[in-house]
Amino acid sequence: MIKRSFIGLAKPLIEYQAMDVTPLEPQEISIPKKVTLFIDRPYNHRDSILLNIGDQVKTGQKLSYSEDSDAYVISTVTGTISSISSFIGDYGKAYTAISIDVDENEETDDQFKELIEDPTLDTASNYLSGVPGNPCFKIFSDPERPINTIIVSGADCDLLITTNQYVVKAHINAINNGVRVLKKITGIDNILIAVPENLMQDAVASGAEVRTVDSEYPSALPHLMMQTISGQVVPAGKSCEDLGVCFFSTEAVASIGKAFNEGSIPVTKTLTFIDKNGEKTLVSARIGTPVSEIIKAFNVTLNEQDRIIFGGPMTGSSIYSEDYPVQADTDAIIVQDKDHVALVSEYPCINCGECIRICPVNVPVNILVRFLEAGQYEEAAEHYDLYSCIECGLCSFVCVSKMPVFHYIKLAKYELDRISIAEATNA
Amino acid sequence: MLNQKKLIVSHAPFCHDGSSISVRSYHMMIAALPAVLFGFFQYGINAVGVVALSISFAIIWELAINKVTKRSISIGDGNTALIGLLFAMLLPATSPWWLVITGTFVAVVIGKHIFGGIGGNPFNPVLIGLAILMVSWKDFFDFDQALLNYDLGFAMVYPLAAVKHLGTPGIEAFSTGGLLLGQQSGGIGATFGLGLILGGIYLIVRGFIRWEISISFLAGIFITALLFNLNNPTLHAGPLFHLFTGYTLIGAFFLASEDSSSPVNFIPMLIYGAGAGIMTVLVRNLGSYVDGVVFAILLMNLINPIVDKIRPKALGKVV
Ligand code: SF4
Ligand code: SF4
Repeated sequence: MIKRSFIGLAKPLIEYQAMDVTPLEPQEISIPKKVTLFIDRPYNHRDSILLNIGDQVKTGQKLSYSEDSDAYVISTVTGTISSISSFIGDYGKAYTAISIDVDENEETDDQFKELIEDPTLDTASNYLSGVPGNPCFKIFSDPERPINTIIVSGADCDLLITTNQYVVKAHINAINNGVRVLKKITGIDNILIAVPENLMQDAVASGAEVRTVDSEYPSALPHLMMQTISGQVVPAGKSCEDLGVCFFSTEAVASIGKAFNEGSIPVTKTLTFIDKNGEKTLVSARIGTPVSEIIKAFNVTLNEQDRIIFGGPMTGSSIYSEDYPVQADTDAIIVQDKDHVALVSEYPCINCGECIRICPVNVPVNILVRFLEAGQYEEAAEHYDLYSCIECGLCSFVCVSKMPVFHYIKLAKYELDRISIAEATNA
Repeated sequence: MLNQKKLIVSHAPFCHDGSSISVRSYHMMIAALPAVLFGFFQYGINAVGVVALSISFAIIWELAINKVTKRSISIGDGNTALIGLLFAMLLPATSPWWLVITGTFVAVVIGKHIFGGIGGNPFNPVLIGLAILMVSWKDFFDFDQALLNYDLGFAMVYPLAAVKHLGTPGIEAFSTGGLLLGQQSGGIGATFGLGLILGGIYLIVRGFIRWEISISFLAGIFITALLFNLNNPTLHAGPLFHLFTGYTLIGAFFLASEDSSSPVNFIPMLIYGAGAGIMTVLVRNLGSYVDGVVFAILLMNLINPIVDKIRPKALGKVV
């Protein structure tokens, strides 16, 4: 994909993909025969859940998990529930997976429509938290961390992706509407929109204050955006929300805008599909569409040992099954041929210092990685800035030893989280 | 989920810039080539023999260690071949075979593998090998004696020895240009200044070595030598003489910059390089050894972990 330049003296310049001047309309993937939706809650068959196999559902219908839980998902098709099962995602996160066999005739549920006249935060969080772009409304009702600024990001945070930029170009009116709705339901007036420089003109029409994001990776990651946009440095181990700033993608805001404008919940996700040759196409597909459908639509042959990545090349995650569905935050799908799969090696750190040069936040990666390899996570967190890492993946990208540095970092954070959760529950 | 294709699942990132240890090692060797070829040209078949023996045995020792410790074979990464090559470049062309074999053993086994192999060595393995030989068999490193039988059309005296024993009058025969063009006796691959500089520039531009170390090393030598020279011009040679003689250039570009034993942060790199440069001249002008590069770099290797603690504050660090 991106190779080291001949002149290695200078820091490599890794740039985000810029949107074409006149973007093509996304290629539409027809509705598949079956979709799978995830409810953000572990499935326990002893729970008295509100869903049953054989239930008829309509497009836009809210499928709640149970009476005593507010976890739900919005059906993106009309059809019959064919299975309910447990699904374990990255780092052991558990979901309830619901498969729906799709009917020919699409019907739209209009429960939401009755509520659009007077948008409230409750309506939004009860119906819209799974719309394309995956907005999070819970953060507005956390009394410990009051939010005072919303940054709408029209810059895609990983390489090669143009999904959110496309939304700025094509759906600026919906964004404008979404910004208005957000202001109303949250009471937050300070809404900014951050876009790459070439979209500045377009972004003005959003009604939010425009800021630009640098084109060099990883400046569109939240922590760095905070620094350039609001001048605040996020303390290690804290999140942007702790400082009262939250991020919404432009797609999320556009979805909110559209929902309240049209009275129907958006169910179609826009994403950048990148085939084995690196050819990029914008695609729109129902949330829940298995990735195999998209791969088929592009005539890509998938072989053993190929790789499918959800998300960008730096921070995405690879999946193990073609049946894996498109989700509300799947901004890109990349298919890599097995010959192009970059592998890690078993070499230790040779102390070449490349990671030190490239780390945007000065993490002493060369030392950190030695502690992580040895499993000394606490030490790593305490003395070697594990929590300053903003998870850009660049250190792994340049590592001469091809160590899975980024993997070690994520794993360490995950393990430390588990330890602190366990301590909290035992205390 | 029957008939599933098996996909490769791994962690982000899903691309790599293509760099690797072997690319690094082989480019170091390519960069060393002009100086080595010049050594072949000057010292003929003896030099070829020493270099070949040194590289072969470095590889053999590595392979032996791989077998003994039951690890995967690592000779393909070029690191050990590089150790062999650099080691040979420092030796006089007349070095006996057992010296080469012992030296590579010390370098590869003691210098590198005892400390856990590549990346774990606190000292430059080549210099460990050389230092131990220099202490044990001092006479073989007396270049005047070792190269006694060569007549290459220039004064066959080791410049650093000459200035040590005779002061500046002893080195009037050496011109800066001549030194750069390799008209001096010394290690097989350590005398051709121009070649080493070209190789060094290549490595710096390609980013295979850290320029901060090389440049500060040379600057340290230059400034310290200049001060000595200004203080006593008849006893101490000028800065240029020090830059282009002995192991200075090979040290700056190929030895001090060894990854594992040198710092990676900016200020530490400058301290490390300059420190090694200053120490070198101190040893040369005041110490008992003729050349100080080997011990100066080893000494700085020793304090490297402490120096490298000086690093920029990480973003958001709460102290
Ligand atoms: S992923 Fe690596 S390069 Fe990126 S911030 Fe973390 S430590 Fe630094
Ligand atoms: S890039 Fe890899 S090998 Fe080089 S110092 Fe960093 S972790 Fe070590």
